[in-house]
Amino acid sequence: MENIKTFLSHFFVTGDPMIYGADASIALVSVAIVFVLTYFKKWKWLWREWLTTVDHKRIGIMYIIAALLMLFRGGVDALMMRTQLALPNMHFLNSEHYNQVFTTHGTIMIIFVAMPFIFGLMNIAVPLQIGARDVAFPFLNAVSFWLFFFGAMLFNLSFVIGGSPDAGWSSYAPYAGAELNPGVGQNYYLIGVQISGIGSLATGINFLVTIAKMRAPGMTLFKMPLFTWSILITSIIVIFAFPAFTVALALMTIDRLFGAHFFTIASGGSPMLWANLFWFWGHPEVYIVLLPVFGIFSEVIATFAHKALFGYVVMIWSMIAISVLSFLTWLHHFFTMGNTAPVNAFFSLSTMLIAIPTGVKIFNWLFTLNKGRIEFTTPMLWALAFIPNFTVGGVTGVMLAMAPADYQYHNSDFLVAHFHSTLIAGTVFGVFCGLHYWWPKMFGYLLNEKLGKWSFWIFMISYNICFMPMYFLGLMGMTRRMYTYPAGLGWGPINFIITIGAFGMGLGFTIMAANIIWSAIHGKRDTTGDPWDGRTLEWSTSSPAPEYNFAHIPVVSTRDAFEAMKEEERKGVKRRQLPFEPIHMPNNSGIPFIMSAFFFVAGFGFVFEWYWMGIPGLIGIVICLLARSFVYNDHHHIPTDEIERTERAAGRFS
Amino acid sequence: MAASTLTESEKRKNMPLEYSTEEGDLRIVGFWIFLAAELVLFSTLFATYLVLQSHTAGAPTAKDLFKINPVMAETIVLLVSSFTCGLGTLELRRHNTKGLIAWLVVTVILGLAFIGLEANEFYSYAVHEGAPLSSSAFLSGFFILLGTHGAHVTLGIFWVTAIIIQLAQRGITAVTARKAFMVGLYWHFLDVVWIFIFTAVYLTGLVI
Amino acid sequence: MQEHKNTAVESEPAGFPWKQVIGLILSLALTFLALWIAVGLSLPVHVTLTLIVGLAVIQALIQLFMFMHVLEGTDTSHQILGLIFGIFVAFAMVAGTLWIMYFTL
Repeated sequence: MENIKTFLSHFFVTGDPMIYGADASIALVSVAIVFVLTYFKKWKWLWREWLTTVDHKRIGIMYIIAALLMLFRGGVDALMMRTQLALPNMHFLNSEHYNQVFTTHGTIMIIFVAMPFIFGLMNIAVPLQIGARDVAFPFLNAVSFWLFFFGAMLFNLSFVIGGSPDAGWSSYAPYAGAELNPGVGQNYYLIGVQISGIGSLATGINFLVTIAKMRAPGMTLFKMPLFTWSILITSIIVIFAFPAFTVALALMTIDRLFGAHFFTIASGGSPMLWANLFWFWGHPEVYIVLLPVFGIFSEVIATFAHKALFGYVVMIWSMIAISVLSFLTWLHHFFTMGNTAPVNAFFSLSTMLIAIPTGVKIFNWLFTLNKGRIEFTTPMLWALAFIPNFTVGGVTGVMLAMAPADYQYHNSDFLVAHFHSTLIAGTVFGVFCGLHYWWPKMFGYLLNEKLGKWSFWIFMISYNICFMPMYFLGLMGMTRRMYTYPAGLGWGPINFIITIGAFGMGLGFTIMAANIIWSAIHGKRDTTGDPWDGRTLEWSTSSPAPEYNFAHIPVVSTRDAFEAMKEEERKGVKRRQLPFEPIHMPNNSGIPFIMSAFFFVAGFGFVFEWYWMGIPGLIGIVICLLARSFVYNDHHHIPTDEIERTERAAGRFS
Repeated sequence: MAASTLTESEKRKNMPLEYSTEEGDLRIVGFWIFLAAELVLFSTLFATYLVLQSHTAGAPTAKDLFKINPVMAETIVLLVSSFTCGLGTLELRRHNTKGLIAWLVVTVILGLAFIGLEANEFYSYAVHEGAPLSSSAFLSGFFILLGTHGAHVTLGIFWVTAIIIQLAQRGITAVTARKAFMVGLYWHFLDVVWIFIFTAVYLTGLVI
Repeated sequence: MQEHKNTAVESEPAGFPWKQVIGLILSLALTFLALWIAVGLSLPVHVTLTLIVGLAVIQALIQLFMFMHVLEGTDTSHQILGLIFGIFVAFAMVAGTLWIMYFTL
């Protein structure tokens, strides 16, 4: 009895009223979900339509729902930190709890918000933009999503079971090692992120092959929409950066679980090697979450300036240059670890070089706006706000790139402000922009413009209230990750302003969430499929797009293919209505969900070093893989009369 | 890519069976890209090993442990298995199911022999020489680099076996041909990795 | 998936598999040559390392071209560019890491 009690008190996180509150709310929400699904008899629907789906559009929607939920959690983490720092000597969080909160905030925002949000948007838009019926490997796409999902769940479980990681999102050795950081928190980080990372690699391969091989006839590489180009480049970076992270995480796991000495201090290990491997992935990762939003902004700016994008070819070569350079700058994250001058000089230069193609892109967006017929919709506002706000992040990045100056800025709040300027003004503005832009394509109705603009202005202004003062706070000497500070340093008022900004961003996000709910009930239906007068092929099909995307695969002759089609129609060229043909589609499969659940079981086992649980989990994974290998009946055809019915219902066949 | 006059589906008609469907074509390209990613995965392990090679911390060093004969035996077995796997692909191209299965069976047997030799080598280091992975950074790097390669070979053995069963059930079709071709690529790739292990770990360990 | 039975052409002629046998002989010869250079000769260390790494690269190319049919496909540029980028990143990883880790203050 006593044993069970000690076990449970270690197993569940205890002693903090906020966590008890979270326990209770998690239990209540779970019960509520089970009740609703049972009451409305929706279990079968959930399994058939969503959990087993291989449709890229549904997978995209699931990615975005998960990303929004994770954004909520990461945002609450941020608000907790800002509450703790609002005044000197606060006692809202203790140091241990504060360490856990900034660790989960960083990890969740990068791995479980930025990436899935982008993967969601690309799942929805890329196949439609290139005129394809699905991605190259629909089954693998489902595997990717479920691996991300279960990886995220495993990581989040640490909050209530076993304890959260506390070594920062970059988990530097030796602090993250077993000797200095016993317990399961760090194992959750290593294994949860690992599982979702495997899914990311698969997504990279999937989209590279999709874009390389499945474009509509006539769409040569230099006729592709810019968002698709950005995803092509991003996929390449994902494919070649993630294996390094996979290895780094695995090596630290082996250090912790099996007593190896890769990153320990004793027995010849090298803590700096961890920083080296982590940032070899970590810097390209920055471009993984930035290039796609560059693509989104390019689409949105061209659409709402009602002009073709300025400098299309230059934009593409800039991204290609970024993809190569992004693998040659990683050391700038640890300039101050004690490298010799030539090493620091090389990486300083390569970092500054990467600012050039980025700057080129900024000018291209500005020239696209020049003499455009600009329409200030919500997505356009996010895109316009991105340009100046992101530039601040870019310019401070060049300041940080100077190795000698970096000794001054390193690990200060100046750095924190810098990367939030790029990740919020870049990635967050970008995914919100894309969310509003493609929402009608996902659900068939528009988000409310008025609420959208309110959420934009509040979020954007609050973002500046939050992060502009933080640069100065950093220059005044406040370092990152400090959980409290004494009065009398002059930091108090600035910190208080920053906290106001942080809550303002929370308010902006809340209005956006309210907008989603309001519009779901009252939102304007999009019956045309082309609510924005779009230029690319995703707007040529109905909203939401049918299961097969296009009844006839479009034939492309120019850039901005849909704009060209509309131009022809305006000139009175009639398109012939061809007869429908049966469409070949992949079958749904439960294996991705089940296999990823085995990953979760195995991961949980290894987190607690319960090999009786971990090894059967691994065996389950292998059985799923073998079972898939023997599946031969994996596709079906949609008959022509069903296509005709669907097209008629969408008003596209008479 | 732009200038081709034949469409991809026209090109596919003149190609070996495994490329004859769009799906087969896509998967082979995807698998090549996967192998390129594996290249980076192994390069990370190589970089780690080479950094930690001299960090022996008083435990046995490369010179103390490595012996030429077992290493050469492993190398020759794996090189020959790559050859037999290549003969399998040749028989695949000749649409000779029996020949293909026979060479794949030989490949699996050689793969098992390789794993046996490697396990024996690991056992002698860890137990007889008292140098398990936890004794120094060098040994951690050594066991994990070679262990990752060995785990890939082991997975490959299961995979080839699954494909032998499918070939026996269905003969050579567009789908089984694609699977047999892809597992061949995987097997040759592991041979390439071993060549670099042989060079960067064993030969370098004997020289420095 | 449609299971077409032998619709595509048989692409390899019958006869002795010269390509494969030559590939095997070259692989074994290069392996023993590298061993001899490393163990049999006592060249300066950097010369030995350069030679054996060079031989390994040649052997990898033999696998790639003689066994892996890297020049096949409807559009070979995909796998070739993929491999080239992979080799670039792998080189950046190994060379960069060694440079960084061996030149700390």
